[in-house]
Amino acid sequence: MSSVTPRPYLEVKDLTVRFETDDGVVQAVSGSSFSLEAGKTLGIVGESGSGKSVTSLAVLGLHRTRSNAKVTGQIWLDDQELVTASNEEVRALRGGKMSMIFQDPLSAMHPYFTVGAQIVEAYRIHHPGVNKKVARERAIDMLARVGIPQPSRRFNDYAHQFSGGMRQRAMIAMALVNDPKLLIADEPTTALDVTVQAQILDLIRDLQAEFGSAVIMITHDLGVVAELADDVLVMYGGKVIEQGPAIDLFQRPQHPYTWGLLGSMPRMDREVRDRLTPVKGSPPSLINLPSGCAFHPRCPYAGRNGDRSFTDIPVLTGGAHSVACHMSAEERTKIFQEEVAPNL
Amino acid sequence: MSENLLEVTGLQKHFPITKGLFKRQVGAVRAVDGIDLTVQAGETLGLVGESGCGKSTAGRLFTRILEPTAGKIVFEGQDISHKSVTQMRPLRRDVQMIFQDPYSSLNPRHTIGTIISAPLQIQNIPTPQGLKTAVQELLELVGLSPEHYNRYPHEFSGGQRQRIGIARALALRPKLIIADEPVSALDVSIQAQVVNLLEDLQSEFDLTYVFIAHDLSVVRHISDRVAVMYLGKVMEIAHRDDLYKNPRHPYTVALMSAVPVPDPVRRDRAQRDRVLLTGDVPSPINPPSGCRFRTRCWKAQDICAVEEPPLVRRLDDPDGHLTACHFPVVEDEAVAGRKPATINV
Ligand SMILES: Nc1ncnc2c1ncn2[C@@H]1O[C@H](COP(=O)(O)OP(=O)(O)OP(=O)(O)O)[C@@H](O)[C@H]1O
Ligand SMILES: Nc1ncnc2c1ncn2[C@@H]1O[C@H](COP(=O)(O)OP(=O)(O)O)[C@@H](O)[C@H]1O
Ligand code: SF4
Ligand code: SF4
Ligand SMILES: [Mg+2]
Ligand SMILES: [Mg+2]
Repeated sequence: MSSVTPRPYLEVKDLTVRFETDDGVVQAVSGSSFSLEAGKTLGIVGESGSGKSVTSLAVLGLHRTRSNAKVTGQIWLDDQELVTASNEEVRALRGGKMSMIFQDPLSAMHPYFTVGAQIVEAYRIHHPGVNKKVARERAIDMLARVGIPQPSRRFNDYAHQFSGGMRQRAMIAMALVNDPKLLIADEPTTALDVTVQAQILDLIRDLQAEFGSAVIMITHDLGVVAELADDVLVMYGGKVIEQGPAIDLFQRPQHPYTWGLLGSMPRMDREVRDRLTPVKGSPPSLINLPSGCAFHPRCPYAGRNGDRSFTDIPVLTGGAHSVACHMSAEERTKIFQEEVAPNL
Repeated sequence: MSENLLEVTGLQKHFPITKGLFKRQVGAVRAVDGIDLTVQAGETLGLVGESGCGKSTAGRLFTRILEPTAGKIVFEGQDISHKSVTQMRPLRRDVQMIFQDPYSSLNPRHTIGTIISAPLQIQNIPTPQGLKTAVQELLELVGLSPEHYNRYPHEFSGGQRQRIGIARALALRPKLIIADEPVSALDVSIQAQVVNLLEDLQSEFDLTYVFIAHDLSVVRHISDRVAVMYLGKVMEIAHRDDLYKNPRHPYTVALMSAVPVPDPVRRDRAQRDRVLLTGDVPSPINPPSGCRFRTRCWKAQDICAVEEPPLVRRLDDPDGHLTACHFPVVEDEAVAGRKPATINV
């Protein structure tokens, strides 16, 4: 393609992921599009089961091994298309140009190999010519960079000998050993205490500044998103329902679901509210999504525009701050200012 | 007016560590290591602290699921510290517990009806309208449908299961409910629904709560008073507003500053003001001498290693605001540069 504007570092177009299961087809991700520049952070938020992890696993090509998964759309990473790429091509990128950290480091690290050996292995896969000594130095250097005290001694420890926060650091060291240009962090701090979470977020921020990587931060915590993200995607029922620059999205949220998420959160930076204002009901099943707007059974404004919310799927408005809702921008702004914001 | 429903003094729970065939005791996990606090009738006392600091163990002591190693637990004037299971039975009606994990705390082979009616049957509580009606009323009370009576736990979502757990705890119309991380496993919108439900039930039935959580924002929202624990001890306790507006203990300050603020505009300020604690929480088998927080404290001085600071009123704090620190944080104390030097362990 000979267009004048270069492609963003990561560009996902119309990504759809479905799983065939005994209970029916799970529409885990339906038509997500987003892009991310090097050095920037994209936050993906949503409740459990909204399709956050499936989105990120698709970028890493990890659904290829699942026979029941079907991925369509395009994923461009540094001008290479990944949905149609060969398994070898994707494998060469994983752990190299792109890598991932998970919520549960124990499941990502091998119990029978030392932490150091695993980092060395991760490095040598992508640097086959490098000898053991150099790889070992590199691993110790990475452990030191992520703040593990006495790294050359801890090199020989097993993952279970580390505390939760240290394990998360070690996994970050492993994920960053090949200077990835894209780092996907899937709820990396959800299982950690706030003090450790603060350390890990600080570390991700510092390392990003140092390496200039693009980061996708997946979380259900709007606070974590506000701390790190330049842009935010809000997912509901496998779809992106709102996306935009973080500051805009937090100051002028547009989608009734986003309002509900904000209303559900007690905030330390505000006076104590008498009452939280959560979304009613619970998230939908992705096998049997509600008709029209998937959020309509929980939306207080569903009946406003005739039957459309019940029959037609709203499409994203487009633009820098984009929303999938049948209400007009004026209507949403008015509701937010008059009914929602005063209760936040 | 504020009478004490529960009074705890010098409470300890040490779990023995044994070795070898003869189970020789070689040490102990000092999970709860001397706490003093009171819970007043009708209030919510929040209990916060990092993983492993002894919150759940404290909760299990208050309900006498565990027997204390030392210290005293007084419920409504009665010393229940060492009562036997039979002696405790009549008191079980008054003190109930709600657990974190809505998946494992309900027996998968029992129907919702059986689960919620069990406490009524065990306690031989008369149900004039019949057991089923009593259970269905409880289901409605917690926002579930009476038709759910014959269903099994796996048919419910996490939030619904937590409501079932709450209905079970409410069945005996207890006075005190110890809720151990009741919303931690739930999605944020469901979490808020359950918090609202707990608040509604509290005013309807004059309940008293001990609300255990590691989420400081939720604890601030729901509690009247809050106690901050570290390594088996209470570091600071105060009325909610005093604690959050004017934290005295360096640990409380660090904990609060670590909470991410959902406002990207204030991001830089939040990061600048943050007190980053280095290192990990020391082992409760061998807590540091003197003040247990000293290995991670940026204000520590020599005396902190020698003398354990008592939990008392400091500076000009209001009554009931107690802090266990020799050098409590004063208002507007310079926050910048509070990152402590790395401590070698
Ligand atoms: N039965 C037991 N035997 C031995 N040690 C135990 C036992 N129960 C708890 N402990 C230990 O006591 C300490 C306090 O545990 P507790 O479960 O009370 O912590 P907590 O504050 O509830 O933590 P979390 O936030 O992770 O739930 C921990 O070090 C724990 O490993
Ligand atoms: N391998 C799989 N087979 C079938 N369904 C799956 C598979 N992986 C994920 N799903 C389903 O896809 C949906 C989205 O999951 P996920 O992306 O993990 O949610 P989250 O937003 O919590 O990360 C869920 O309904 C989940 O059960
Ligand atoms: S489209 Fe209708 S149901 Fe969906 S969020 Fe907008 S108003 Fe609510
Ligand atoms: S007593 Fe000393 S070590 Fe402990 S919190 Fe206070 S200043 Fe820090
Ligand atoms: Mg996930
Ligand atoms: Mg616990």
